[in-house]
Amino acid sequence: MVLNKGFLKTENNESLLLQGLARNDKRAIETIYKDNYNIVQALVINNNGTAEDAKDIFQETMIVLYEKVQSGTFELNCQIKTFVYSVSRRLWLKRLMLQNRFNLSDGHEEMVSVDDEVEEHERRNSEFSMMEKAMSGLGEPCKSLLEAFYLQKRSMQEIAVGFGYTNAENAKNQKYKCLMRLKKLFFSQYKNESP
Amino acid sequence: MIEDIKILEAVERYISGQMTPDERVYFEGLRKSNPEIDQMVVEHTFFLQQMNRFDEVRKIKSTLNETHIHLAEKGLIKSPRLRGKAKVVYLYNRYKRVASIAATIAGITALTISILVSSITPARQKTEIDYLRGEIKTIKKQNIDIKNETSRQAMEINNVKKDIYSDEKSRPVITYKTGGTGFLVDVKGYIVTNAHVVENAKNIAVQKSGEEDLSAAIVYKDIQRDIAILKITDKAYKTPASIPYAIKRSGGDIAEPIYTLGYPRTDIVYGEGYLSASTGFNGDTLSCQITVPANRGNSGSPILNRNGEIIGILNAKQNTAEGAVFAIHSKYIIDALAELHRDTTYRNLKTPTSSTLKGTDRMQQVKKISNYVYMVKVD
Repeated sequence: MVLNKGFLKTENNESLLLQGLARNDKRAIETIYKDNYNIVQALVINNNGTAEDAKDIFQETMIVLYEKVQSGTFELNCQIKTFVYSVSRRLWLKRLMLQNRFNLSDGHEEMVSVDDEVEEHERRNSEFSMMEKAMSGLGEPCKSLLEAFYLQKRSMQEIAVGFGYTNAENAKNQKYKCLMRLKKLFFSQYKNESP
Repeated sequence: MIEDIKILEAVERYISGQMTPDERVYFEGLRKSNPEIDQMVVEHTFFLQQMNRFDEVRKIKSTLNETHIHLAEKGLIKSPRLRGKAKVVYLYNRYKRVASIAATIAGITALTISILVSSITPARQKTEIDYLRGEIKTIKKQNIDIKNETSRQAMEINNVKKDIYSDEKSRPVITYKTGGTGFLVDVKGYIVTNAHVVENAKNIAVQKSGEEDLSAAIVYKDIQRDIAILKITDKAYKTPASIPYAIKRSGGDIAEPIYTLGYPRTDIVYGEGYLSASTGFNGDTLSCQITVPANRGNSGSPILNRNGEIIGILNAKQNTAEGAVFAIHSKYIIDALAELHRDTTYRNLKTPTSSTLKGTDRMQQVKKISNYVYMVKVD
Protein backbone atom coordinates (compact mmCIF):
# COMPACT_ATOMS: atom_id res chain seq x y z
CA MET A 1 0.00 0.00 0.00
CA VAL A 2 1.43 3.34 -0.99
CA LEU A 3 0.75 6.16 1.40
CA ASN A 4 0.75 9.81 0.60
CA LYS A 5 3.10 11.59 2.99
CA GLY A 6 0.83 14.61 3.34
CA PHE A 7 -1.06 13.61 6.43
CA LEU A 8 0.81 10.96 8.28
CA LYS A 9 -0.86 11.25 11.62
CA THR A 10 -4.38 10.20 10.81
CA GLU A 11 -2.94 8.24 7.97
CA ASN A 12 -1.37 5.57 10.18
CA ASN A 13 -4.58 5.03 11.97
CA GLU A 14 -6.57 4.99 8.77
CA SER A 15 -4.28 2.55 7.02
CA LEU A 16 -4.64 0.22 10.00
CA LEU A 17 -8.39 0.46 9.62
CA LEU A 18 -8.15 -0.34 5.92
CA GLN A 19 -5.92 -3.31 6.57
CA GLY A 20 -8.53 -4.47 9.04
CA LEU A 21 -11.25 -4.07 6.44
CA ALA A 22 -9.24 -6.12 3.96
CA ARG A 23 -9.17 -8.94 6.53
CA ASN A 24 -12.91 -8.62 7.23
CA ASP A 25 -12.01 -7.56 10.77
CA LYS A 26 -15.15 -6.76 12.72
CA ARG A 27 -13.73 -4.00 14.88
CA ALA A 28 -12.17 -2.13 11.96
CA ILE A 29 -15.39 -2.36 9.99
CA GLU A 30 -17.40 -1.15 12.96
CA THR A 31 -15.13 1.89 13.38
CA ILE A 32 -15.30 2.88 9.72
CA TYR A 33 -19.05 2.27 9.74
CA LYS A 34 -19.64 4.35 12.86
CA ASP A 35 -17.49 7.25 11.66
CA ASN A 36 -19.00 7.58 8.21
CA TYR A 37 -22.54 6.28 8.18
CA ASN A 38 -24.36 9.40 9.36
CA ILE A 39 -22.95 11.68 6.68
CA VAL A 40 -23.99 9.29 3.94
CA GLN A 41 -27.42 8.83 5.46
CA ALA A 42 -27.89 12.60 5.59
CA LEU A 43 -26.87 12.88 1.95
CA VAL A 44 -29.32 10.23 0.82
CA ILE A 45 -32.24 11.35 2.98
CA ASN A 46 -31.76 14.98 1.93
CA ASN A 47 -31.94 13.86 -1.67
CA ASN A 48 -35.18 11.94 -1.91
CA GLY A 49 -33.94 8.74 -0.30
CA THR A 50 -35.04 6.65 2.67
CA ALA A 51 -33.01 5.24 5.54
CA GLU A 52 -33.17 1.90 3.76
CA ASP A 53 -31.66 3.45 0.60
CA ALA A 54 -28.96 5.02 2.75
CA LYS A 55 -28.06 1.67 4.23
CA ASP A 56 -27.84 0.10 0.75
CA ILE A 57 -25.71 2.88 -0.64
CA PHE A 58 -23.41 2.98 2.35
CA GLN A 59 -22.86 -0.77 2.34
CA GLU A 60 -22.21 -0.75 -1.37
CA THR A 61 -19.65 1.98 -0.78
CA MET A 62 -18.00 -0.15 1.88
CA ILE A 63 -17.70 -2.94 -0.69
CA VAL A 64 -16.09 -0.54 -3.17
CA LEU A 65 -13.59 0.36 -0.47
CA TYR A 66 -13.09 -3.30 0.38
CA GLU A 67 -12.47 -4.21 -3.25
CA LYS A 68 -9.97 -1.42 -3.50
CA VAL A 69 -7.91 -2.40 -0.45
CA GLN A 70 -8.10 -6.02 -1.54
CA SER A 71 -6.66 -5.29 -4.95
CA GLY A 72 -3.32 -4.44 -3.29
CA THR A 73 -2.70 -1.49 -5.57
CA PHE A 74 -4.70 0.88 -3.43
CA GLU A 75 -3.27 4.34 -3.12
CA LEU A 76 -4.83 6.22 -0.28
CA ASN A 77 -4.42 9.83 -1.20
CA CYS A 78 -7.35 11.19 0.73
CA GLN A 79 -9.11 10.47 3.99
CA ILE A 80 -11.43 7.49 4.23
CA LYS A 81 -14.22 9.92 4.95
CA THR A 82 -13.66 11.82 1.71
CA PHE A 83 -13.45 8.65 -0.31
CA VAL A 84 -16.58 7.16 1.25
CA TYR A 85 -18.56 10.33 0.74
CA SER A 86 -17.45 10.65 -2.88
CA VAL A 87 -18.31 7.07 -3.73
CA SER A 88 -21.66 7.18 -1.95
CA ARG A 89 -22.53 10.39 -3.71
CA ARG A 90 -21.65 8.89 -7.08
CA LEU A 91 -23.64 5.72 -6.40
CA TRP A 92 -26.67 7.63 -5.19
CA LEU A 93 -26.52 9.99 -8.14
CA LYS A 94 -26.46 6.99 -10.46
CA ARG A 95 -29.49 5.52 -8.77
CA LEU A 96 -31.33 8.83 -8.99
CA MET A 97 -30.48 9.03 -12.65
CA LEU A 98 -32.11 5.65 -13.16
CA GLN A 99 -35.25 7.19 -11.69
CA ASN A 100 -34.75 10.25 -13.88
CA ARG A 101 -33.95 12.71 -11.16
CA PHE A 102 -30.71 14.51 -11.55
CA ASN A 103 -30.16 17.30 -9.08
CA LEU A 104 -28.28 16.55 -5.91
CA SER A 105 -27.78 19.04 -3.13
CA ASP A 106 -24.59 18.63 -1.14
CA GLY A 107 -23.45 19.69 2.27
CA HIS A 108 -19.92 21.02 2.43
CA GLU A 109 -18.09 17.75 2.23
CA GLU A 110 -14.76 17.27 0.56
CA MET A 111 -14.76 15.15 -2.57
CA VAL A 112 -12.43 13.27 -4.89
CA SER A 113 -13.02 11.81 -8.33
CA VAL A 114 -14.12 8.19 -8.06
CA ASP A 115 -15.42 7.40 -11.54
CA ASP A 116 -12.89 4.64 -12.15
CA GLU A 117 -13.58 3.03 -8.80
CA VAL A 118 -17.31 3.03 -9.34
CA GLU A 119 -16.93 1.64 -12.83
CA GLU A 120 -14.63 -1.13 -11.63
CA HIS A 121 -17.07 -1.88 -8.85
CA GLU A 122 -19.94 -2.19 -11.28
CA ARG A 123 -18.00 -4.72 -13.29
CA ARG A 124 -17.20 -6.74 -10.19
CA ASN A 125 -20.71 -6.37 -8.93
CA SER A 126 -22.08 -7.88 -12.10
CA GLU A 127 -19.61 -10.76 -11.76
CA PHE A 128 -20.79 -11.21 -8.20
CA SER A 129 -24.42 -11.45 -9.23
CA MET A 130 -23.52 -13.83 -12.05
CA MET A 131 -21.85 -16.12 -9.55
CA GLU A 132 -24.76 -15.69 -7.16
CA LYS A 133 -27.19 -16.64 -9.89
CA ALA A 134 -25.08 -19.58 -11.01
CA MET A 135 -24.82 -20.81 -7.42
CA SER A 136 -28.51 -20.52 -6.74
CA GLY A 137 -29.31 -22.20 -10.05
CA LEU A 138 -27.09 -25.10 -9.07
CA GLY A 139 -29.27 -26.44 -6.28
CA GLU A 140 -28.41 -28.79 -3.45
CA PRO A 141 -26.36 -30.77 -2.61
CA CYS A 142 -24.09 -29.46 -5.38
CA LYS A 143 -23.93 -25.98 -3.90
CA SER A 144 -22.90 -27.10 -0.42
CA LEU A 145 -20.51 -29.66 -1.83
CA LEU A 146 -18.63 -27.08 -3.91
CA GLU A 147 -18.68 -24.50 -1.12
CA ALA A 148 -17.26 -27.05 1.30
CA PHE A 149 -14.42 -27.92 -1.04
CA TYR A 150 -13.55 -24.63 -2.70
CA LEU A 151 -14.50 -22.04 -0.12
CA GLN A 152 -14.24 -23.78 3.24
CA LYS A 153 -11.24 -25.73 1.86
CA ARG A 154 -12.28 -29.00 3.42
CA SER A 155 -10.70 -32.23 2.26
CA MET A 156 -12.51 -34.74 0.08
CA GLN A 157 -12.44 -37.29 2.97
CA GLU A 158 -14.20 -34.89 5.33
CA ILE A 159 -16.70 -34.03 2.66
CA ALA A 160 -17.41 -37.66 1.89
CA VAL A 161 -18.20 -38.27 5.57
CA GLY A 162 -20.18 -35.05 5.98
CA PHE A 163 -22.35 -35.62 2.93
CA GLY A 164 -22.66 -39.37 3.45
CA TYR A 165 -20.77 -40.65 0.42
CA THR A 166 -19.35 -44.13 0.83
CA ASN A 167 -15.88 -42.99 -0.16
CA ALA A 168 -13.84 -39.97 -1.23
CA GLU A 169 -13.71 -41.17 -4.85
CA ASN A 170 -17.48 -40.96 -5.18
CA ALA A 171 -17.53 -37.53 -3.59
CA LYS A 172 -14.81 -36.43 -6.03
CA ASN A 173 -16.86 -37.72 -8.91
CA GLN A 174 -19.88 -35.81 -7.74
CA LYS A 175 -17.82 -32.68 -7.12
CA TYR A 176 -16.53 -32.82 -10.69
CA LYS A 177 -20.03 -33.02 -12.13
CA CYS A 178 -21.22 -30.17 -9.92
CA LEU A 179 -18.26 -28.00 -10.86
CA MET A 180 -18.86 -28.51 -14.57
CA ARG A 181 -22.48 -27.47 -14.11
CA LEU A 182 -21.56 -24.39 -12.11
CA LYS A 183 -18.98 -23.35 -14.67
CA LYS A 184 -21.49 -23.73 -17.45
CA LEU A 185 -24.06 -21.65 -15.58
CA PHE A 186 -21.52 -18.96 -14.81
CA PHE A 187 -19.83 -18.69 -18.19
CA SER A 188 -23.06 -18.70 -20.14
CA GLN A 189 -23.99 -15.47 -18.35
CA TYR A 190 -20.47 -14.14 -18.62
CA LYS A 191 -20.43 -14.49 -22.38
CA ASN A 192 -23.81 -12.84 -22.69
CA GLU A 193 -22.75 -9.91 -20.57
CA SER A 194 -19.50 -9.08 -22.33
CA PRO A 195 -20.03 -8.98 -26.09
CA MET B 1 -14.65 -38.92 -17.65
CA ILE B 2 -12.22 -40.46 -15.16
CA GLU B 3 -9.45 -38.94 -17.26
CA ASP B 4 -11.11 -35.53 -17.02
CA ILE B 5 -11.43 -35.77 -13.27
CA LYS B 6 -7.72 -36.64 -13.02
CA ILE B 7 -6.75 -33.70 -15.21
CA LEU B 8 -8.88 -31.30 -13.19
CA GLU B 9 -7.35 -32.58 -10.00
CA ALA B 10 -3.87 -31.99 -11.40
CA VAL B 11 -4.84 -28.49 -12.54
CA GLU B 12 -6.17 -27.69 -9.08
CA ARG B 13 -3.09 -29.01 -7.34
CA TYR B 14 -0.96 -27.00 -9.74
CA ILE B 15 -2.89 -23.78 -9.12
CA SER B 16 -2.88 -24.13 -5.36
CA GLY B 17 0.84 -24.97 -5.36
CA GLN B 18 0.45 -28.46 -3.87
CA MET B 19 2.62 -30.17 -6.47
CA THR B 20 6.10 -31.48 -5.70
CA PRO B 21 8.88 -29.68 -7.66
CA ASP B 22 9.24 -32.67 -10.02
CA GLU B 23 5.52 -32.86 -10.70
CA ARG B 24 5.50 -29.15 -11.28
CA VAL B 25 8.24 -29.26 -13.88
CA TYR B 26 6.49 -32.13 -15.63
CA PHE B 27 3.14 -30.34 -15.54
CA GLU B 28 4.61 -27.10 -16.87
CA GLY B 29 6.06 -29.05 -19.78
CA LEU B 30 2.62 -30.49 -20.40
CA ARG B 31 1.11 -27.00 -20.31
CA LYS B 32 3.56 -25.79 -22.92
CA SER B 33 3.03 -28.68 -25.29
CA ASN B 34 -0.72 -28.98 -24.82
CA PRO B 35 -2.70 -25.77 -25.42
CA GLU B 36 -5.89 -27.40 -24.14
CA ILE B 37 -4.37 -28.01 -20.72
CA ASP B 38 -2.94 -24.50 -20.78
CA GLN B 39 -6.37 -23.09 -21.49
CA MET B 40 -7.84 -25.18 -18.69
CA VAL B 41 -5.34 -23.76 -16.22
CA VAL B 42 -6.09 -20.19 -17.27
CA GLU B 43 -9.84 -20.69 -17.19
CA HIS B 44 -9.86 -22.56 -13.93
CA THR B 45 -7.65 -19.97 -12.23
CA PHE B 46 -10.05 -17.28 -13.33
CA PHE B 47 -13.03 -19.28 -12.18
CA LEU B 48 -11.57 -20.04 -8.76
CA GLN B 49 -10.76 -16.35 -8.37
CA GLN B 50 -14.36 -15.51 -9.20
CA MET B 51 -15.59 -18.00 -6.62
CA ASN B 52 -13.28 -16.67 -3.96
CA ARG B 53 -14.26 -13.09 -4.63
CA PHE B 54 -17.88 -14.08 -4.47
CA ASP B 55 -17.31 -15.71 -1.11
CA GLU B 56 -15.35 -12.76 0.27
CA VAL B 57 -17.91 -10.19 -0.79
CA ARG B 58 -20.69 -12.34 0.59
CA LYS B 59 -18.90 -12.51 3.93
CA ILE B 60 -18.28 -8.75 3.97
CA LYS B 61 -21.92 -8.16 3.20
CA SER B 62 -23.02 -10.21 6.14
CA THR B 63 -20.50 -8.49 8.45
CA LEU B 64 -21.80 -5.12 7.24
CA ASN B 65 -25.37 -6.11 7.98
CA GLU B 66 -24.51 -7.33 11.46
CA THR B 67 -22.53 -4.17 12.11
CA HIS B 68 -25.43 -2.02 10.97
CA ILE B 69 -27.91 -3.70 13.28
CA HIS B 70 -25.45 -3.65 16.16
CA LEU B 71 -24.59 0.06 15.77
CA ALA B 72 -28.21 1.06 15.25
CA GLU B 73 -29.27 -0.76 18.41
CA LYS B 74 -26.55 0.92 20.44
CA GLY B 75 -27.54 4.27 18.99
CA LEU B 76 -24.08 4.86 17.52
CA ILE B 77 -25.52 5.59 14.09
CA LYS B 78 -28.72 7.47 13.44
CA SER B 79 -30.45 4.75 11.45
CA PRO B 80 -34.03 4.11 12.53
CA ARG B 81 -34.45 0.58 13.83
CA LEU B 82 -36.40 -1.70 11.58
CA ARG B 83 -39.90 -2.07 12.83
CA GLY B 84 -43.09 -2.44 10.81
CA LYS B 85 -41.29 -2.02 7.56
CA ALA B 86 -39.12 -5.05 8.11
CA LYS B 87 -42.18 -7.23 8.09
CA VAL B 88 -43.36 -5.76 4.82
CA VAL B 89 -39.93 -6.33 3.33
CA TYR B 90 -39.93 -9.85 4.71
CA LEU B 91 -43.36 -10.56 3.23
CA TYR B 92 -42.31 -9.02 -0.04
CA ASN B 93 -39.24 -11.23 -0.18
CA ARG B 94 -41.34 -14.25 0.60
CA TYR B 95 -43.80 -13.49 -2.15
CA LYS B 96 -40.99 -12.73 -4.51
CA ARG B 97 -39.82 -16.29 -4.02
CA VAL B 98 -43.28 -17.73 -4.54
CA ALA B 99 -43.75 -15.57 -7.61
CA SER B 100 -40.47 -16.70 -9.06
CA ILE B 101 -41.37 -20.34 -8.49
CA ALA B 102 -44.71 -19.75 -10.17
CA ALA B 103 -42.96 -18.04 -13.04
CA THR B 104 -40.58 -20.96 -13.39
CA ILE B 105 -43.44 -23.43 -13.52
CA ALA B 106 -45.22 -21.28 -16.07
CA GLY B 107 -41.99 -21.07 -18.05
CA ILE B 108 -41.52 -24.84 -18.03
CA THR B 109 -45.14 -25.38 -19.06
CA ALA B 110 -44.79 -22.92 -21.90
CA LEU B 111 -41.58 -24.57 -23.00
CA THR B 112 -43.11 -28.04 -22.92
CA ILE B 113 -46.07 -26.86 -24.94
CA SER B 114 -43.87 -25.16 -27.49
CA ILE B 115 -41.73 -28.31 -27.79
CA LEU B 116 -44.87 -30.39 -28.27
CA VAL B 117 -46.20 -27.96 -30.83
CA SER B 118 -42.96 -27.79 -32.74
CA SER B 119 -42.64 -31.57 -32.73
CA ILE B 120 -46.00 -31.96 -34.40
CA THR B 121 -45.54 -29.12 -36.83
CA PRO B 122 -44.20 -30.27 -40.19
CA ALA B 123 -40.64 -29.12 -40.68
CA ARG B 124 -40.34 -26.00 -42.77
CA GLN B 125 -37.65 -25.44 -45.30
CA LYS B 126 -34.32 -23.71 -45.07
CA THR B 127 -34.76 -19.92 -45.12
CA GLU B 128 -34.09 -19.38 -41.48
CA ILE B 129 -34.43 -15.65 -41.44
CA ASP B 130 -37.61 -14.05 -42.45
CA TYR B 131 -37.66 -10.39 -43.24
CA LEU B 132 -40.93 -9.10 -42.00
CA ARG B 133 -41.92 -7.18 -45.05
CA GLY B 134 -45.64 -7.47 -45.44
CA GLU B 135 -47.62 -8.22 -48.55
CA ILE B 136 -50.41 -5.75 -48.90
CA LYS B 137 -53.42 -7.60 -50.12
CA THR B 138 -55.15 -6.41 -53.23
CA ILE B 139 -58.45 -6.40 -51.41
CA LYS B 140 -57.04 -4.09 -48.82
CA LYS B 141 -55.55 -1.99 -51.53
CA GLN B 142 -58.91 -1.72 -53.19
CA ASN B 143 -60.36 -0.65 -49.89
CA ILE B 144 -57.75 2.02 -49.65
CA ASP B 145 -58.48 3.09 -53.18
CA ILE B 146 -62.15 3.40 -52.41
CA LYS B 147 -61.30 5.32 -49.27
CA ASN B 148 -58.99 7.52 -51.24
CA GLU B 149 -61.62 8.06 -53.82
CA THR B 150 -64.25 9.11 -51.30
CA SER B 151 -61.86 11.33 -49.45
CA ARG B 152 -60.76 12.85 -52.69
CA GLN B 153 -64.34 13.66 -53.44
CA ALA B 154 -64.75 15.04 -49.97
CA MET B 155 -61.77 17.23 -50.60
CA GLU B 156 -63.26 18.45 -53.77
CA ILE B 157 -66.44 19.38 -52.00
CA ASN B 158 -64.58 21.07 -49.22
CA ASN B 159 -62.62 22.93 -51.84
CA VAL B 160 -59.27 22.18 -50.32
CA LYS B 161 -56.21 23.85 -51.80
CA LYS B 162 -56.19 23.35 -55.48
CA ASP B 163 -52.56 22.44 -55.86
CA ILE B 164 -52.90 19.35 -53.68
CA TYR B 165 -55.85 18.23 -55.65
CA SER B 166 -54.24 18.70 -59.02
CA ASP B 167 -51.19 16.92 -57.72
CA GLU B 168 -53.33 14.00 -56.63
CA LYS B 169 -55.05 13.89 -59.94
CA SER B 170 -51.93 13.91 -62.02
CA ARG B 171 -50.52 11.02 -60.04
CA PRO B 172 -50.94 7.63 -61.70
CA VAL B 173 -52.85 5.05 -59.71
CA ILE B 174 -50.24 2.87 -58.06
CA THR B 175 -50.78 -0.61 -56.72
CA TYR B 176 -48.58 -1.09 -53.68
CA LYS B 177 -47.59 -4.69 -53.24
CA THR B 178 -45.34 -4.92 -50.23
CA GLY B 179 -44.73 -2.82 -47.21
CA GLY B 180 -43.31 -2.34 -43.80
CA THR B 181 -43.10 0.26 -41.09
CA GLY B 182 -41.05 3.41 -40.70
CA PHE B 183 -40.79 6.26 -38.23
CA LEU B 184 -39.96 9.93 -38.41
CA VAL B 185 -36.50 11.01 -37.29
CA ASP B 186 -36.73 14.61 -38.41
CA VAL B 187 -39.82 16.78 -38.59
CA LYS B 188 -38.93 17.75 -42.13
CA GLY B 189 -40.22 14.37 -43.23
CA TYR B 190 -37.27 12.01 -42.89
CA ILE B 191 -38.34 8.47 -42.13
CA VAL B 192 -36.16 5.54 -41.10
CA THR B 193 -37.07 2.04 -42.21
CA ASN B 194 -35.32 -1.16 -43.32
CA ALA B 195 -33.44 -1.25 -46.60
CA HIS B 196 -35.10 -4.56 -47.48
CA VAL B 197 -38.54 -2.95 -47.19
CA VAL B 198 -37.79 -0.54 -50.02
CA GLU B 199 -35.75 -3.03 -52.03
CA ASN B 200 -36.52 -2.83 -55.78
CA ALA B 201 -39.01 -0.05 -55.15
CA LYS B 202 -40.41 1.90 -58.05
CA ASN B 203 -42.78 4.01 -56.01
CA ILE B 204 -42.92 4.49 -52.29
CA ALA B 205 -45.70 5.92 -50.20
CA VAL B 206 -46.09 6.32 -46.47
CA GLN B 207 -49.33 6.42 -44.58
CA LYS B 208 -50.61 6.71 -41.02
CA SER B 209 -53.70 4.84 -39.78
CA GLY B 210 -56.73 6.30 -41.52
CA GLU B 211 -54.85 9.01 -43.39
CA GLU B 212 -53.83 9.76 -46.94
CA ASP B 213 -50.90 8.19 -48.75
CA LEU B 214 -47.90 10.49 -48.96
CA SER B 215 -45.32 9.86 -51.64
CA ALA B 216 -41.74 9.49 -50.48
CA ALA B 217 -38.30 8.90 -51.97
CA ILE B 218 -35.22 7.04 -50.80
CA VAL B 219 -32.42 9.39 -49.79
CA TYR B 220 -30.13 6.85 -48.15
CA LYS B 221 -29.79 3.11 -48.28
CA ASP B 222 -27.33 0.79 -46.53
CA ILE B 223 -28.15 -2.77 -47.50
CA GLN B 224 -25.56 -4.33 -45.22
CA ARG B 225 -26.95 -2.69 -42.13
CA ASP B 226 -30.45 -2.90 -43.54
CA ILE B 227 -31.22 0.76 -42.96
CA ALA B 228 -32.91 3.13 -45.38
CA ILE B 229 -33.89 6.75 -44.93
CA LEU B 230 -36.84 8.11 -46.88
CA LYS B 231 -37.97 11.66 -47.30
CA ILE B 232 -41.63 12.51 -47.68
CA THR B 233 -41.83 14.50 -50.89
CA ASP B 234 -45.57 14.96 -50.89
CA LYS B 235 -46.86 18.55 -50.61
CA ALA B 236 -49.73 17.33 -48.42
CA TYR B 237 -47.27 16.44 -45.63
CA LYS B 238 -47.78 18.60 -42.59
CA THR B 239 -44.64 19.22 -40.58
CA PRO B 240 -45.13 18.41 -36.88
CA ALA B 241 -43.64 20.73 -34.28
CA SER B 242 -41.17 18.30 -32.81
CA ILE B 243 -40.39 14.63 -32.40
CA PRO B 244 -41.17 13.29 -28.92
CA TYR B 245 -38.71 10.41 -28.81
CA ALA B 246 -34.92 10.29 -28.88
CA ILE B 247 -32.62 7.81 -30.53
CA LYS B 248 -30.42 6.24 -27.90
CA ARG B 249 -26.84 5.72 -28.99
CA SER B 250 -25.92 3.18 -26.34
CA GLY B 251 -28.76 0.83 -27.24
CA GLY B 252 -30.36 -1.38 -24.59
CA ASP B 253 -29.48 -3.91 -21.91
CA ILE B 254 -30.47 -7.52 -21.68
CA ALA B 255 -33.83 -8.06 -19.96
CA GLU B 256 -34.77 -4.44 -20.49
CA PRO B 257 -38.50 -4.13 -21.19
CA ILE B 258 -39.20 -2.82 -24.68
CA TYR B 259 -42.17 -2.14 -26.92
CA THR B 260 -42.82 -1.56 -30.56
CA LEU B 261 -45.37 0.02 -32.88
CA GLY B 262 -45.82 -1.18 -36.42
CA TYR B 263 -48.10 -1.98 -39.30
CA PRO B 264 -48.48 -5.75 -39.69
CA ARG B 265 -52.00 -4.76 -40.83
CA THR B 266 -53.42 -1.50 -42.07
CA ASP B 267 -53.89 -0.32 -38.50
CA ILE B 268 -51.04 0.43 -36.16
CA VAL B 269 -50.33 -2.44 -33.75
CA TYR B 270 -48.64 -2.26 -30.36
CA GLY B 271 -46.44 -5.07 -29.04
CA GLU B 272 -44.30 -5.43 -25.95
CA GLY B 273 -41.49 -7.68 -24.81
CA TYR B 274 -37.89 -7.55 -23.70
CA LEU B 275 -34.38 -7.46 -25.06
CA SER B 276 -33.17 -11.05 -24.93
CA ALA B 277 -29.61 -11.02 -26.31
CA SER B 278 -27.11 -8.37 -27.25
CA THR B 279 -26.28 -10.01 -30.58
CA GLY B 280 -28.48 -11.02 -33.47
CA PHE B 281 -28.81 -14.09 -35.68
CA ASN B 282 -25.68 -16.26 -35.49
CA GLY B 283 -23.90 -13.77 -33.27
CA ASP B 284 -24.38 -10.85 -35.65
CA THR B 285 -23.15 -7.75 -33.84
CA LEU B 286 -25.11 -5.31 -35.99
CA SER B 287 -28.31 -6.43 -34.36
CA CYS B 288 -29.71 -7.72 -31.10
CA GLN B 289 -32.32 -10.31 -30.27
CA ILE B 290 -35.64 -9.27 -28.82
CA THR B 291 -38.73 -11.13 -27.75
CA VAL B 292 -41.76 -9.34 -29.03
CA PRO B 293 -44.69 -10.36 -31.24
CA ALA B 294 -43.75 -9.62 -34.85
CA ASN B 295 -45.36 -10.35 -38.17
CA ARG B 296 -44.94 -9.46 -41.80
CA GLY B 297 -45.14 -5.71 -42.06
CA ASN B 298 -43.35 -5.14 -38.77
CA SER B 299 -40.03 -4.60 -40.53
CA GLY B 300 -38.80 -1.11 -39.78
CA SER B 301 -40.77 -0.76 -36.55
CA PRO B 302 -39.09 1.30 -33.86
CA ILE B 303 -38.05 -0.57 -30.69
CA LEU B 304 -38.50 1.70 -27.70
CA ASN B 305 -37.50 1.45 -24.06
CA ARG B 306 -39.57 2.60 -21.11
CA ASN B 307 -38.29 6.17 -21.43
CA GLY B 308 -39.58 6.39 -24.97
CA GLU B 309 -36.10 6.20 -26.44
CA ILE B 310 -35.50 4.27 -29.64
CA ILE B 311 -32.98 1.49 -29.10
CA GLY B 312 -33.36 -0.37 -32.39
CA ILE B 313 -35.27 -1.15 -35.57
CA LEU B 314 -37.07 -4.45 -35.89
CA ASN B 315 -35.84 -6.21 -39.02
CA ALA B 316 -36.13 -9.96 -39.05
CA LYS B 317 -37.42 -13.10 -37.44
CA GLN B 318 -35.84 -16.52 -37.21
CA ASN B 319 -38.04 -19.18 -38.78
CA THR B 320 -36.40 -22.08 -37.06
CA ALA B 321 -36.76 -20.75 -33.53
CA GLU B 322 -39.85 -19.70 -31.69
CA GLY B 323 -40.02 -16.04 -30.77
CA ALA B 324 -36.56 -15.03 -31.97
CA VAL B 325 -36.91 -11.58 -33.47
CA PHE B 326 -34.00 -9.35 -34.37
CA ALA B 327 -33.49 -5.62 -34.28
CA ILE B 328 -30.72 -3.43 -35.66
CA HIS B 329 -28.89 -1.44 -33.00
CA SER B 330 -30.00 2.17 -32.82
CA LYS B 331 -26.45 3.46 -33.08
CA TYR B 332 -26.53 2.55 -36.77
CA ILE B 333 -29.48 4.89 -37.25
CA ILE B 334 -27.40 7.65 -35.74
CA ASP B 335 -24.45 6.66 -37.95
CA ALA B 336 -26.67 6.65 -41.03
CA LEU B 337 -28.08 10.07 -40.17
CA ALA B 338 -24.59 11.42 -39.55
CA GLU B 339 -23.45 10.10 -42.90
CA LEU B 340 -26.41 11.68 -44.65
CA HIS B 341 -25.79 14.90 -42.78
CA ARG B 342 -22.33 15.13 -44.32
CA ASP B 343 -23.97 15.57 -47.70
CA THR B 344 -24.60 19.30 -48.17
CA THR B 345 -28.15 18.70 -49.41
CA TYR B 346 -29.08 17.31 -46.00
CA ARG B 347 -27.20 19.79 -43.81
CA ASN B 348 -30.35 20.74 -41.97
CA LEU B 349 -31.05 17.17 -40.88
CA LYS B 350 -31.29 16.85 -37.11
CA THR B 351 -31.07 13.71 -34.99
CA PRO B 352 -33.57 13.69 -32.12
CA THR B 353 -31.52 13.43 -28.95
CA SER B 354 -33.91 14.13 -26.13
CA SER B 355 -37.08 12.31 -25.27
CA THR B 356 -40.00 14.24 -23.84
CA LEU B 357 -41.69 10.98 -22.92
CA LYS B 358 -39.61 10.10 -19.87
CA GLY B 359 -41.76 9.46 -16.86
CA THR B 360 -45.06 9.46 -18.76
CA ASP B 361 -47.07 6.26 -18.73
CA ARG B 362 -47.02 3.78 -21.57
CA MET B 363 -50.47 4.69 -22.92
CA GLN B 364 -49.55 8.34 -23.29
CA GLN B 365 -46.24 7.42 -24.88
CA VAL B 366 -47.91 5.18 -27.42
CA LYS B 367 -50.56 7.76 -28.20
CA LYS B 368 -47.88 10.35 -28.93
CA ILE B 369 -45.49 8.07 -30.80
CA SER B 370 -48.12 6.54 -33.07
CA ASN B 371 -48.41 9.96 -34.75
CA TYR B 372 -44.86 9.55 -35.97
CA VAL B 373 -44.96 5.93 -37.12
CA TYR B 374 -45.89 5.32 -40.74
CA MET B 375 -46.79 2.38 -42.89
CA VAL B 376 -44.30 2.21 -45.74
CA LYS B 377 -45.85 0.94 -48.97
CA VAL B 378 -43.78 -0.15 -51.89
CA ASP B 379 -44.58 -0.82 -55.50
